[in-house]
Amino acid sequence: MTELYQQQRAMRAMRRAAMQRGVIAILDIGTSKIGCLVLRFDGPETFRAADGVGSLAGQSAFRVIGAATTRSRGVRFGEIDAMQETERAIRTAVQGAQKMANTRVDHVIATFAGANPRSYGLAGSIELAGGAVREDDIARVLAACDLPPIGEGREVLHAQPVNFALDHRTGLSDPRGQIGNRLSVDMHVLTVDANVARNVLHCINRCDLELAGIASSAYAAGISALVEDEQELGAACIDMGGGSTGLSIFIKKHMIYADSVRLGGDHVTSDISKGLQVPWNTAERIKTFYGGVYATGMDDRERIEIGGDSGDWEKDRRTVSRSELIGIMRPRVEEILEEVRDRLDAAGFEHLPSQQIVLTGGASQIPGLDGLAPKILGQQVRIGRPLRVQGLPQAATGAAFASAVGLCLFAAHPQDEWWDFDIPAESYPARSLRWAVKWFKDNW
Amino acid sequence: MQPLRAPRADARARHGAAPVRRDPAPSRLRYRFHRLWLTPLYRSLMRVGVPTFLILTAMGWYFSNPTNRYAIAEKTAEFRRSIETRPEFMVKLMVIEGASPVVDKAIRELLPVDFPVSSFDLDLAGMQAVVAALDVVEAVDIHIRPGGVMQINISEREPALVWRAPGKLELIDASGHRVASVTERRARPDLPLVAGQGADAEAAEALALIRAAGPLGARLRGLVRVGERRWDMVLADGQMILLPEVSPVAALDQVLALDQAQDLLARNVTHIDMRTPQRPTLRLAEPAVEELRRIRSLSLE
Repeated sequence: MTELYQQQRAMRAMRRAAMQRGVIAILDIGTSKIGCLVLRFDGPETFRAADGVGSLAGQSAFRVIGAATTRSRGVRFGEIDAMQETERAIRTAVQGAQKMANTRVDHVIATFAGANPRSYGLAGSIELAGGAVREDDIARVLAACDLPPIGEGREVLHAQPVNFALDHRTGLSDPRGQIGNRLSVDMHVLTVDANVARNVLHCINRCDLELAGIASSAYAAGISALVEDEQELGAACIDMGGGSTGLSIFIKKHMIYADSVRLGGDHVTSDISKGLQVPWNTAERIKTFYGGVYATGMDDRERIEIGGDSGDWEKDRRTVSRSELIGIMRPRVEEILEEVRDRLDAAGFEHLPSQQIVLTGGASQIPGLDGLAPKILGQQVRIGRPLRVQGLPQAATGAAFASAVGLCLFAAHPQDEWWDFDIPAESYPARSLRWAVKWFKDNW
Repeated sequence: MQPLRAPRADARARHGAAPVRRDPAPSRLRYRFHRLWLTPLYRSLMRVGVPTFLILTAMGWYFSNPTNRYAIAEKTAEFRRSIETRPEFMVKLMVIEGASPVVDKAIRELLPVDFPVSSFDLDLAGMQAVVAALDVVEAVDIHIRPGGVMQINISEREPALVWRAPGKLELIDASGHRVASVTERRARPDLPLVAGQGADAEAAEALALIRAAGPLGARLRGLVRVGERRWDMVLADGQMILLPEVSPVAALDQVLALDQAQDLLARNVTHIDMRTPQRPTLRLAEPAVEELRRIRSLSLE
């Protein structure tokens, strides 16, 4: 735990160094595509738009100067499966983005969808000595949280304080300077499989890049696809990717829960492939061109040539009706949404004041999903697209880029995490020099 | 609706012949090289530094070999020569205008140019200096005329006086500059004679005096500069008119007026001393003095 803490601190320092240099890359390692964006930071508010739109989430502080996407290779369920292949795909994407940006990037912030994210709510409290809450009190209260048994081989990816309480007052976002006797904190900790995270780290290091941050893709998608009031009032973002579907619940602009379902658009494609006996690529093509979840009478008459190159005329000239295709796709989509529903129920989503659900990610573009999803997830469902950021190519503004765009915002304005606060003096070895220095700094 | 057909390459690949698909991913080496190439310092080094270094090194190596240096110098010289010896630049003859035959010959001897010669090889300014150094030449202008002709325009000095200086006999012009030497006075009987040291410096004054002495005609023998400050006019029969330092012409006019009125010069007078113009003094010849004394004694008795 302490090791990862140090690692996260190092990443944060690296991110600061990258911001100083002004160029940082975003790498979205997905199951169906790997996207790389190169961001340039030119100081705050340099690109303030003329249309009066100011900084909503800090997206006006940077602009995208390079973007490249490549078909993902060697990734399954959002986890790296064949490292050499993934490394090649990352190299392709990074090189393309560097070429477009005409600059070299050394620091990269990465995101991935898989690795079984699991959320924990932590609580900690301390007695305040001097009345007012000081900087080191925050660090102490964060350190006072008891970490539940997260399991063997798992590591903490996010650890964000989401709520502070001072005596009987709760819901404080910043207790510093306030007076009280007892300071409590609620912290949201997201853990992932350590091996998966290490594989990502290794892949990125193999590409001569330094990792300046790592985030869960469900979290990143939530940042970009949820609008500000949804984040404030409570909403769930469902990022329907290729290999896995991530979901994150936001309230008061903090992520309080994240999970993922290991089902995604690729399963729909593989169902089509198996059901229609066509190659994977053909199935993917048929899905994106003719796919849907609601069959109408018109769809019975629309015949789709599914082709083939077996040499057998009968097999190569097969056609299916669109309703047959929909009949294959719909159960799988329903299954995904039902899984998501289960996870939301498990998280206690129904207790939230606002139950907005935003569907995003590549698989959310299935026509008719906005009609199917409310039947399973509840009435307040919309299809979300990521926030617009400066300089993003038109091709990368679709729902499939929600987590990449969210990661841009995360790079510009990272939420305070546990490792952003100073280490409390108590955790140093007693009577060490650093302890003394720290003590003096805090008390004088 | 287009039927979906796999490309032919795939069909061939299925039958076993070279199923290698192009990998869009850059190799590790290419990827690294691309990143290196995008490094600003490295890029500027490779685009400016290395070519500059290579060119300088190659040039340095090439020029460090003396044979190459000589070859280049030789080639340059050859090329230069080939341009210089083009017929457009060749000078074929020399024309001298405004010079008497003697001077013409002297100039041709002074400027030993072997025609035809390239105009680049002619040192016109030097030749002009050489010609201008001749006493007889007042002004010289050398230029190359179109058609390959070197033209020398000369204006000669006109000798105005013969000057008998100590140990030499020379012709000088109106400004007193030497024109030429003569061996004897009789060579130029048409020119008036001046003598004495410093006579050439006051040639203009001498000429004015000679002009003023026009009524004397052939009786004028010449002028003598005395002590480099004043003139004596020598007439035939040894008569002399001693002129003052300042305004000698007025004094001479005075003498000529006396001569016209009283026929002064026809009398037996050896010297007419006008050195103090307010008090002209005459020196009589010996018999005249005696005659004067006799006449005076007569009148006394």
